Amino acid sequence: MLAFIARRLFQSVIVMLAVAFIAFMVFRYVGDPVSSMLGQDSTLADHEALRERLGLNEPFYVQFFTFVGNALQGQFGISYRLQQPVSQLIMERLPATIELAFASASIALVLGVVLGIYTALRPRAFSTGVIMTASLIGVSLPTFLIGIGLIYVFAVELKVLPSFGRGEVIDLGWWRTGLLTESGLRSLILPAITLSLFQLTLIMRLVRAEMLEVLRTDYVRFARARGLSQRAINFGHALKNTMVPVITITGLQLGSVIAFAIITETVFQWPGVGSLFVNSVAVVDVPVMAAYLVFVALVFVVINLIVDILYFIVDPRLRDGAKSGR
Amino acid sequence: MHTSLTRIAAVLIASTMLAGVAQAETVRWARSSDSLTLDPHSQNQGVTHTFAHHIYETLMWRDTEGNLIPRLATEWYVKEDDPTVWVFKLREGVKFHDGADFTAEDVVFSLDRARSEGSNLKQLHAEVAEVRAVDDYTVEVQMVGPSPLYPNNVTNTFIMDKTWSEANNVQEVQDFAAGESNYAVLNTNGTGPYMLTSREVDVRSVLSVFDGWWGEAPAVTEIIYLPIADNATRIAALLSGDVDIVQDVPVQDIERLQNSPGFKVETGPENRVIYFGYKFGKEPLRSSNITDSNPFNNPLVREAMELALDRDAIQQVVMRGNSIPTGVATPPFVNGWTEELDQYPAPDVERAKELLAEAGYPDGFSVTLDTPNNRYVNDEAISTAFVGMLGQIGIDATLASRPIAEHSPVILSGETDMYLLGWGVPTFDSAYIFNDLVHSKTDTHGTYNVGGYSNPELDEKIISLGTETDLDKRNATIAEIWEVVKADRVLLPVHNQTLAYAMREDITLPVHPENQPNMTTVEFAE
Repeated sequence: MLAFIARRLFQSVIVMLAVAFIAFMVFRYVGDPVSSMLGQDSTLADHEALRERLGLNEPFYVQFFTFVGNALQGQFGISYRLQQPVSQLIMERLPATIELAFASASIALVLGVVLGIYTALRPRAFSTGVIMTASLIGVSLPTFLIGIGLIYVFAVELKVLPSFGRGEVIDLGWWRTGLLTESGLRSLILPAITLSLFQLTLIMRLVRAEMLEVLRTDYVRFARARGLSQRAINFGHALKNTMVPVITITGLQLGSVIAFAIITETVFQWPGVGSLFVNSVAVVDVPVMAAYLVFVALVFVVINLIVDILYFIVDPRLRDGAKSGR
Repeated sequence: MHTSLTRIAAVLIASTMLAGVAQAETVRWARSSDSLTLDPHSQNQGVTHTFAHHIYETLMWRDTEGNLIPRLATEWYVKEDDPTVWVFKLREGVKFHDGADFTAEDVVFSLDRARSEGSNLKQLHAEVAEVRAVDDYTVEVQMVGPSPLYPNNVTNTFIMDKTWSEANNVQEVQDFAAGESNYAVLNTNGTGPYMLTSREVDVRSVLSVFDGWWGEAPAVTEIIYLPIADNATRIAALLSGDVDIVQDVPVQDIERLQNSPGFKVETGPENRVIYFGYKFGKEPLRSSNITDSNPFNNPLVREAMELALDRDAIQQVVMRGNSIPTGVATPPFVNGWTEELDQYPAPDVERAKELLAEAGYPDGFSVTLDTPNNRYVNDEAISTAFVGMLGQIGIDATLASRPIAEHSPVILSGETDMYLLGWGVPTFDSAYIFNDLVHSKTDTHGTYNVGGYSNPELDEKIISLGTETDLDKRNATIAEIWEVVKADRVLLPVHNQTLAYAMREDITLPVHPENQPNMTTVEFAE
């Protein structure tokens, strides 16, 4: 098991280096940070001078190795836009994104599993048809539109929920949470729902498909023949076996929700790392962009590692496979 | 004993009630982006300045008509016997938020800081040789040569407290290259009407009124500044009652808000002109099918393009009435603008085609038009409309649309044949436009003279504007330069932008031409 983790960590480092490399290559084409920083009133001489001082005239590989060298020491530089250390900026805004991601993932997981089981167990009911159709709508409407729509219905027309922002927050040491205040919880509702809709559809359909498949397998038939109750079969055996692919998908989803809740964060003015990234792209704030992409790679790598470890726990067959050294 | 105590208590209570319980009025102010930093000399950017004008103050600034008015300086004049020295008389009795007195040494410190290497404002003070305090309330600014318009350049240069800055080690403006942050980025000590209560970047910043301010107590006692990036969300926030004033209103929402009960929209002209530019010189264009000449170099072609441009149609259709078409590349607030210059010809497609044929391009030609798509109001739509208009006279224009962060390097490197750009004039004087857009490209001038227009005679006149002290002579030179610029069609101006602010019906915030409204101008309806 330890060898497995060590191997995976080594692979993760390679993944992150590769991401950093590709990101750096792309950044040469997203625009000029110097003109954003200096504005209208500067001369070409000023632009050149700043470019020199920031090391932007160095060849690509020099800039890349400087970045990696600094990153290994935990130094990600200063944001061109906000003039504060990048690592501090990301750390400050991470709790907001994580709370939103987990809230939406929880909604999606709970509802997804429940609805998935229901539609699997009652494949020909009318309500099943309604749920399946509605879920298609959820996944085909863009997040942006759903978010704006919810704001207009609940904030502008009904005036029951806030239209933007995170509400009142409380500092628990370093972590700034909105979960302990009423306005914080109310502000979380709409963005979490918006972000959960497409995950919900995916999980629901996956659980349904897997469950239908498992219910047709031999061991379930034998269990029924043996006389086990339908409930014991459905939840004790069938559901457990459907969970492996669901865990994989949920893990990947969670990673992409943390990394790419950009649209939802922008629409709801949610102060997370996603909106930080969007604002940085607009003015070519390269330090923030580079650090953010490396951070995102880290998130995916860690989540994948956890998912793989969970496999061992959930599926006995994989455990045996590892023991025999394969 | 008790009775007299009760009576005293009663009188005290009554008097506090009579003393006018100052109504606490909070205004929630929403904009599309946040101030970049609280260090006043670090960034030369509109949103940052607008916010800073509440906490810090400048020597003079502009009112909503664009006039220069006293603020921390009560008088300013050229020294009697030395035309290279500007004298500023300072307001007495002004205090910083921490209680320190405002004196001349704070002004000297601030101007020197604004001129320093790391400051983005140093170009505005490039003609300053030395700043010195004559006494506690008089400052002399020694210029390199006579600089009749220097006061125009101080309207966004904020005054910091020297003692506070030294105590907090912020004498130097932030140095990006060295990778350090500094105390002034998040902390302030100014003389302005509001003090910083809290700051969460990109979330909310709160300002509360400063009781020791020298001016008349403002109606607004607390400002909550809320950046909301998404257009639709910002308007939804106003409609749902979560914010009171929205400063950046998308053009398509103006009419709807005007018709919504309980809300109103204030509009006014902005000090910013939108124009098309093109390449001069004999080199053939890089994006055209004509490989032996440059069509834009021919004055007949430039005239044809102006006759193709239907400014009124753009105003009606693209801007939905929210623009002020113009025939000169300067907004009306700027010294040098005249009604005659503002005139523009009615579009004439037939005549334009004739001119093109006369110029030797009877079949027209192709070219690429570079436009930003996220900087000016409906910038991409204006360019798209113009592409259609050019098509009518036979010029086949391809649109290349980019975010401003990518458009700027294309412009600054001169790699474009034709482009759209907007230009604001913070000094309210034509010389600012000439220096950057008309003068030949050198290390210090013509930075945005993308087309490479070069007229040595004009260059000389433009340089003379920097040192001519006889204002009548200077204005005459300005008029001459504009004649040539307009006749040569150095640029093709389209319109001046208008600004729209949306707010609750009972609030009035007048539009400021530099889009720098101040909450001290807010009035509440009774």
